[in-house]
Amino acid sequence: MIEVEGLTKRFGSKVAVDHLSFQVKPGIVTGFLGPNGAGKSTTMRMMLDLDHATSGTVRIDGKHYRELQEPLKYIGALLDAKAMHGGRSAYNNLLCLAQSNRIPSSRVDEVLDMVGLSAVAKKKSKGFSLGMGQRLGIASALLGDPEILMFDEPVNGLDPEGIHWIRNLMKALASEGRTIFVSSHLMSEMALTADHLIVIGQGRLLADTSMADFIHENSRSYARLRSPQQERLRDVLHQEGFTAVETAGGFLEIDGATTEELGELAARHQLVLHELSPQRASLEEAFMQMTAGSVEYHAHSDRDPVAEPPAVGAGWGEGWKKPGTTGSEGE
Amino acid sequence: MASVPAVLTSEWTKIRSVSSTVWTLFAAFAVTVVMGAALSALLNATFDDLSETEQATFDPTFVSFSGTVLGQLAMVVFGVLVVGTEYSSGMIRTSLAAVPQRATFLLSKITVAGVLAFVVGLLTSFVSFFLSQAMLGDRGTDIGAENVLRAVVGGGLYMGLIAIFSMGVAAMLRSSMLSLGILMPFFFLVSQILSAVPGAKNVARYFPDQAGSKIMQVVPEAMGSDPSPYGPWAGLGIMVLWVLAAVLGGFLVLKKRDA
Repeated sequence: MIEVEGLTKRFGSKVAVDHLSFQVKPGIVTGFLGPNGAGKSTTMRMMLDLDHATSGTVRIDGKHYRELQEPLKYIGALLDAKAMHGGRSAYNNLLCLAQSNRIPSSRVDEVLDMVGLSAVAKKKSKGFSLGMGQRLGIASALLGDPEILMFDEPVNGLDPEGIHWIRNLMKALASEGRTIFVSSHLMSEMALTADHLIVIGQGRLLADTSMADFIHENSRSYARLRSPQQERLRDVLHQEGFTAVETAGGFLEIDGATTEELGELAARHQLVLHELSPQRASLEEAFMQMTAGSVEYHAHSDRDPVAEPPAVGAGWGEGWKKPGTTGSEGE
Repeated sequence: MASVPAVLTSEWTKIRSVSSTVWTLFAAFAVTVVMGAALSALLNATFDDLSETEQATFDPTFVSFSGTVLGQLAMVVFGVLVVGTEYSSGMIRTSLAAVPQRATFLLSKITVAGVLAFVVGLLTSFVSFFLSQAMLGDRGTDIGAENVLRAVVGGGLYMGLIAIFSMGVAAMLRSSMLSLGILMPFFFLVSQILSAVPGAKNVARYFPDQAGSKIMQVVPEAMGSDPSPYGPWAGLGIMVLWVLAAVLGGFLVLKKRDA
């Protein structure tokens, strides 16, 4: 169990993490989601006492990280795949970590085997590919056989096979009853692995919900229609009390209607349909909607208004070449 | 709290498992010994060309440590790399996640690397001394002579302290390149030049290397050098103060800053 309470981190005047409070419950995969720069990595570094919190606390099983006796046995973390000395062999990189926490050296061979690096155990880790580096990082997280595992963007930059491997590994670890806290900026990735979601934007908590609830609340289902008789179709829909929204490409989208009732409606009015399909808004869209406010805030507040690109339609390219012509707009 | 013997073992594994340890320490040994022996042979051959004061204050022990001025640079590289590569590789985050007690972490690292540097320094010192005495022939001295053993052991201490000083500086600057960029010119040029400039030499004699190297002299004002206001042990004491200051500074930076 990890308890984060009022965690705040300021870098100068910039607030990276803003009074963040949440709990990572044992025995499930908790996804930590947020756009780039939302403060996920900073939060994770503070959880490991690598970065000092400006205020607030993190407790791991009731203790501050620094108070943990041999912390690798409580919590294993993959923060940065390349956080190893490149001139040292994979085996020795793990061995020195194991020794510092009095973990037997036989465990080094075990974890190397688990992540499939036994064959290159004696090779210097600087020659490792990103995927191998990631595996080595995961091996170091598993060294102390910890109850809690923390992964920061573990699938970043991996090939499909590596992504598949990490996904299955996390599921396997969770099924053993371990607590898993994994960050990502990809909702689709989380949907596949996480049971619980913590969403942050601009360092602030946006959502703390179970994955099932998140899907239930955020996945809009609607029907999509396309017809050569678009105008008549709209009238008919309007008469029957449906609200149709026209989207790019000449589609009509109708919320809360089944394809059955729409198909029968069209048949009754002898309308030709070229398409009638049930649609579901992706979780990615729901996530983007949720974080849009914080991303937007980020883009505008940090900038000098003059540097802002002129509004679309005002000739962005021209304005770029001749700052004088559209510069007044920003001011 | 982390177990100190466990962290010491871990730091020993870190040091022995990178090739830079071997080549920097070997370079420190080889450069000091070869250059000391070569200069001893040269001085022996050209003894009559030396000025009268130099002849009067000829210090065969100190002469055998002539190579230290270059050999210490390899020790600086060793010390800087031991700490600096933690930062350049990003290993520091992994290390501190494993040992969150930063004082234990840094002091264990410095202890292991410092003891190793001292042992290599001591070996270097003895080999340098005996080889150089052989080169000096009749003008040489004996290990049993007064203060000679102190100077030879002091040579080893000097090497160890130079390495620890470099570790402290690297911990303060958190970068190998920056630390080497400052320490190498300082020990090789700035300190050497300033100690020869009238006026500046009064300050320069309190620099860690200038003060510490007094321990390797047996004859006061050896080789026509200026009289100094402190003796060999006091000189080493001044160097130790520098080293303590560097290590303390390094610790404070490590403690305060985000990893």
